[in-house]
Amino acid sequence: MTMNTDSKILKTVPREKAFYFFTSIGNYTGSSAASLKEFMGRINEVNVKSLEFHLGRGDFEKWVAEVLQDQELAGEIKRLQKLNLTGNGLRDQLSFVVSRRVKRLTTQPTPSRY
Amino acid sequence: MAETQELRVKNNTVSLDAMDIEILRALQKDSSETYAAMGKRFGIAHSTVRDRIRKMEQQGVIQNYTATIDAEKIGLRNITAMMTVYTDPKETERVAEKLAALPEVLEAYTSLSEELLIIAKVSAASQENLHEFIANSVAPLPGVSRIRTSIITKKFKETQFSITEASKKVNL
Repeated sequence: MTMNTDSKILKTVPREKAFYFFTSIGNYTGSSAASLKEFMGRINEVNVKSLEFHLGRGDFEKWVAEVLQDQELAGEIKRLQKLNLTGNGLRDQLSFVVSRRVKRLTTQPTPSRY
Repeated sequence: MAETQELRVKNNTVSLDAMDIEILRALQKDSSETYAAMGKRFGIAHSTVRDRIRKMEQQGVIQNYTATIDAEKIGLRNITAMMTVYTDPKETERVAEKLAALPEVLEAYTSLSEELLIIAKVSAASQENLHEFIANSVAPLPGVSRIRTSIITKKFKETQFSITEASKKVNL
């Protein structure tokens, strides 16, 4: 993964491409995320029903793959979907996976002295 | 006395007599009924029916003639829902105007309960299409803070303003 690709994944997208958190069909919570870092924050704030709703439908995986263009994170989220997690267990696991990805993308490799 | 039975329209000068009301009732029931058939029923010449209808068209009393289509019957729309959109009060009018321009929105109103909000009737081919529409076209509108949507499961009544009901209130 190049630094250029990493920065693309971490970019802020226009509001029409942001992720909008719903709790069920047509019921928007008022929370949205326009970047991966914002998404990481929202995971810890939104109603857990919203996480269950979107994970079950594959919405997170789709947004991460199609809008942020991060196939690696999309794959990790897809694996979480198969675990059938609910409630705060789901929140914790999703938060862990996304935070770890953000940390990897934002930690620059130390330049070699030689 | 027919000439004294008038339905006055507030803030306007248009007034209708009892025969005009009868003609409007007939048109609301079946706008394809001929002048001749109406004239025969009301005991007046078909040309009188035609002239009265033309006058009411020119005055804007009759705005248009439409066909009521059952979209579900032809498989175009399966889901109808009532959507309540909560907004930043400064943006309510703008959001309502943008919603009104979308083809999926059948009706849109601003409403005041505990707070100013927008109520809209929306239609879609499926629950998934409804959700996609709200997620992609409504939630991203600037000023939208929350949306509640109720899918309609059974229709008990749907009608438009009825000249018959209005005229009952003025004893025609």
